[in-house]
Amino acid sequence: MRSVRDWASLYAAFFRISLLANLQYRASGTIWMIGLVLEPLVFLVVWSTVARSEGGSVAGLDPRDLAAYYIALLVVNHLTFSWIMHTFEYRVRFGELGFELLRPIHPIHGDICDNVAYKLVMLIVLLPAVAVLTWLFEPRFAPDPGALALLVPALVLGLAVRLLLDWTLALAAFWTTRVTAINQTYFAIVLFLSGRVAPIALLPGWLQDVAGALPFYWTVAFPAELATGRVGFAAGLRGLAVQLVWVLAALGLISFGWRRSLRRFTAVGT
Amino acid sequence: MSDLLDAARLFGVYFRLGLLNELAYRTNFWVQIVETLVNLSIVLGAVAVVFARTDTLGGWRPAELVALIGVYFIVLGMLNLVVSPSLSRFIEDVRTGALDFTLTKPVDAQLLVSIAEIRAWKLVDLLAGFGVLGGALLELATRIGALQALGFGVALLAGGAIVYSFWLMLATLAFWFIRVENILMIFLSMYTAGRWPVGIYPGWLRWLLTLVVPVAFAVTVPAEALTGRMQASELAGALGLAAALLLGSRAFWKRGLRHYSGASA
Repeated sequence: MRSVRDWASLYAAFFRISLLANLQYRASGTIWMIGLVLEPLVFLVVWSTVARSEGGSVAGLDPRDLAAYYIALLVVNHLTFSWIMHTFEYRVRFGELGFELLRPIHPIHGDICDNVAYKLVMLIVLLPAVAVLTWLFEPRFAPDPGALALLVPALVLGLAVRLLLDWTLALAAFWTTRVTAINQTYFAIVLFLSGRVAPIALLPGWLQDVAGALPFYWTVAFPAELATGRVGFAAGLRGLAVQLVWVLAALGLISFGWRRSLRRFTAVGT
Repeated sequence: MSDLLDAARLFGVYFRLGLLNELAYRTNFWVQIVETLVNLSIVLGAVAVVFARTDTLGGWRPAELVALIGVYFIVLGMLNLVVSPSLSRFIEDVRTGALDFTLTKPVDAQLLVSIAEIRAWKLVDLLAGFGVLGGALLELATRIGALQALGFGVALLAGGAIVYSFWLMLATLAFWFIRVENILMIFLSMYTAGRWPVGIYPGWLRWLLTLVVPVAFAVTVPAEALTGRMQASELAGALGLAAALLLGSRAFWKRGLRHYSGASA
């Protein structure tokens, strides 16, 4: 068993490497960011147009509420997404994973550091984008101070759920090398159910029920709604509990999936 | 005229080559079908969610917006079928020096690099686009005249020429800079904004989508032609811009080619 100090120094080392690597490749990171900013911007414009043509608001949300929601969503989505599914197939196919397996530590720890370092480095691009969007769309934030205190744990748990689920699904690459179809289907489901196409309140009723029963709403839209004030303190506490349940479920899934996958793995490469 | 025929014949040859290449990876065909279906469901699903809350979006009714999505898939399909893979390969060839082999061939180099690589499975996107467009037009049948159909064809051709010239100019930058693929990726990701009529965007963004990323002329204007909201001035503008960009990109390409000194050996 490793002690807490061992883990801390391991993570510090991984994190330093990741941070330097991400600073090196900030140009390609910036390209990712354009897509990340454009998507909420487009849906913000679409729903603001709807609100205006429906007499100023849609389901109680006016353009300034929508602006707050989508700006918060942009930040939450950036802080909780991972690109693991995009690179995992490559790592399996080209045998890179073989080297990682030789290390006496689960490869997910390196990925966690990589993703967190990327998020921090890319704040350099994200924060100006948020400032510009705030200036252009005049968002109305009215958060409950208690709910705001829950924001940080909600973000951490949201990141944990997404990272673990993404990693579990990425394991499909051990069985097939054509994972893009699986990934895209997953991304489509996440897109609708995590509140990116529309705030959950604007989805049809049955889809709202589905979204509440699956983890995706809780990872992205829920922290965003804590920030805008739509979710108060009591509902926020309940949301954290739901997130915690999903973290445990995802941990169970990943350890089961990982053991099964390792048995499938035959190293490829030179 | 015989030049055009030669070009068409050459395109046919490259197309057959592309198809033969892809036939070796037949599962990719099914992967492409799944991808196209998922993409279509995302876009049409978003439209369904929006129209559950309103009757018109910026003056566009549901069937009209679906027609626009059809046009979007057609334009993006063409881009991904020929232009984007060919020009990506050209950029790589400049870096490695393989462009030397293209230049020694007795055919216009711009034509060769523009059609060198064809991803035949992307035809699925194109067919899906025509299918969606056809379905939407059946809904709108009463109001499509011959003049509108003609306007649509001309607008689509002009839009295609604008997009192609634009991509050629971006790719030509490869003669001076490396990492030009990244710029192409940025533009590809900005095309997603074209799934909605550009009229709904605030002024600065509409300007960006019209002039900097010419997605307005490629998608919104042809769709406007079909739904009877295109003004003659818009069509004239699209044609003017298409002609200017075709000539301008040609001149820029030639300039770039003179700058190329080969990188092989």
